[in-house]
Amino acid sequence: MKNKRFFNKTVYHGFVLLLGFMMIYPVLWMIAGSFKDNGEILRGSLSLIPETFKLENYSTGWSGFGKITFKTFFANSIFITVTATFGTVVSSALVAYSLSRIKFRGSKFWFSCMLATMMLPGQVIMIPQYLIYHKLGLVPGYVPLILPYFCGQAFFIYQMMQFMKGIPRELDEAATIDGCSKYTIFSKIILPLLKSSIVTTVIIQFYWKWDDFLGPLLYLSKPQTYTVSIAIKQFADAASTTDFGAMFAMSTLSLIPVFLIFLFFNRYLVTGIGTSGLKG
Amino acid sequence: MKGAAIKNGRMRSLIYNDNTVGHIFALPFIFGFISFSLIPIVFSFYYSFTDYSLGTKTAEWIGFVNFVNIFKDEVFFKSLLKTLQYVVVSVPLKLSFSLMIAFLLTRKSKLVTLYRSLYYIPSLVGGSVAVALVWKQLFARRGLFNTVLDNIGLPTINWFGDQNLAIYPLILLSVWQFGSSMIIFAAGLKEIPTTYYEAAKIDGAKGYQSFFRITLPCLSPIIQYNLVMQTIAAFMSFTQALIITGGGPNNSTMLYGLYVYNQAFKYNNMGYASAMSWIMLIVMSLVTMVIFKSSKLWVFSESGD
Repeated sequence: MKNKRFFNKTVYHGFVLLLGFMMIYPVLWMIAGSFKDNGEILRGSLSLIPETFKLENYSTGWSGFGKITFKTFFANSIFITVTATFGTVVSSALVAYSLSRIKFRGSKFWFSCMLATMMLPGQVIMIPQYLIYHKLGLVPGYVPLILPYFCGQAFFIYQMMQFMKGIPRELDEAATIDGCSKYTIFSKIILPLLKSSIVTTVIIQFYWKWDDFLGPLLYLSKPQTYTVSIAIKQFADAASTTDFGAMFAMSTLSLIPVFLIFLFFNRYLVTGIGTSGLKG
Repeated sequence: MKGAAIKNGRMRSLIYNDNTVGHIFALPFIFGFISFSLIPIVFSFYYSFTDYSLGTKTAEWIGFVNFVNIFKDEVFFKSLLKTLQYVVVSVPLKLSFSLMIAFLLTRKSKLVTLYRSLYYIPSLVGGSVAVALVWKQLFARRGLFNTVLDNIGLPTINWFGDQNLAIYPLILLSVWQFGSSMIIFAAGLKEIPTTYYEAAKIDGAKGYQSFFRITLPCLSPIIQYNLVMQTIAAFMSFTQALIITGGGPNNSTMLYGLYVYNQAFKYNNMGYASAMSWIMLIVMSLVTMVIFKSSKLWVFSESGD
């Protein structure tokens, strides 16, 4: 009996691990590829261990193109991502508070507008948005990539609202009796309790923005302003015979920030997606 | 002095009045909604009835000409059909796969949380340019998939050279990113009371019976949520197509979003592209509506039994 249970357990864990390994194989293959020789990649080698360790891939890749190194691209990406993520957190928390805790004229109307923007396909407004920014003389530039994030992101507003439902209203009431205004309640009570929801927002928004390809593609034209995602694409297109090893080296580097954040905060990510999705 | 105090008091009550406070907190959204959603939508609607090229031609009202031309455009129909194929194949596959994995990971074990993170990794990186480039290489003529086929003695496939097959690497890439649906399913599975299963077991139900009679009905609201969200996402996806296939060969992977992008930013037909995006909006609303309307038939609500 005990033996059978042990056997079952081993089969289960073995199977789950094997399947999981298959799932992340492409990622591992990319990392292995970043140390491989071009020829080995082009032969379609399955191996995760390079025949010859070619560390130069990283230095070749890092030197970038057109005399601009990947240092610039990483700096640009970090600037855009950090600013946009900061904007998302601050604005979404403010809006979520007003829509879930304050009764004001039009609050229901704005709430439905918020739900509507969640369902609205981005491509319908992509063209007019571009044209408007263009008329305002903001293309090319960073403003279109950052400004909207300071106006609250529907997905995160909704998620924070779901989270706030779990914060007892008695806390607000007690604070009101003690003479606190809504501003104080927000900053002293709601905000500190919102921590895990904020962390979720930071992670998800960070990697969405870090991976964003369409935005930079539309709004950036000078290579000095490129983000990492655009730069890698350019890097792959630039040379007639692509240096795959160097391309994978830069691809691997580009995923490191995302992995780091995931590694440290993945607990929040799992609960965050779980709760925000569930109550939809 | 007294007057000032009253004035001050009025000022205070104005600032601390719920109506004012609410609007102040909601201001970022109100501003953003009007300038980044509402105005663009109105403009987009207007542009769809115009002939407009950025820099060379100001918007000129042409009535329904764009829509008439769209319905004569072969590439439009091809991209619409390919997008539907992409959605209809990838979404159900992704949902069943993510449900399967979520179900697999319901065991009580400390390792399960770790496994869930492992299975989430594809979703974490799947949207990036880096992975798109890897994918391109995996399915290349002499790429990894063909090496596998070759090793087991099957003929190799020219994935991106074949009109009928080129869409499948893209579908696979979408299915591969099953992580967030999986996590949502996992949260849902945890909510199903174990007493249901115990009762079924006493009644002699087999494993698959309790899956189809208990698990699926209890999960149906979550299945619906995932279905809607993933369908919308699938309709809009185009970055991967842009990087991996560029729409080829012969427009066989020209996902709708990619075609809109090309019309707008490659050929500078802003009016035509706006009209196309409105057709997309209508198609998507219809599909979402069908999902919601049909939900009476298959979504189980606890109040309804």
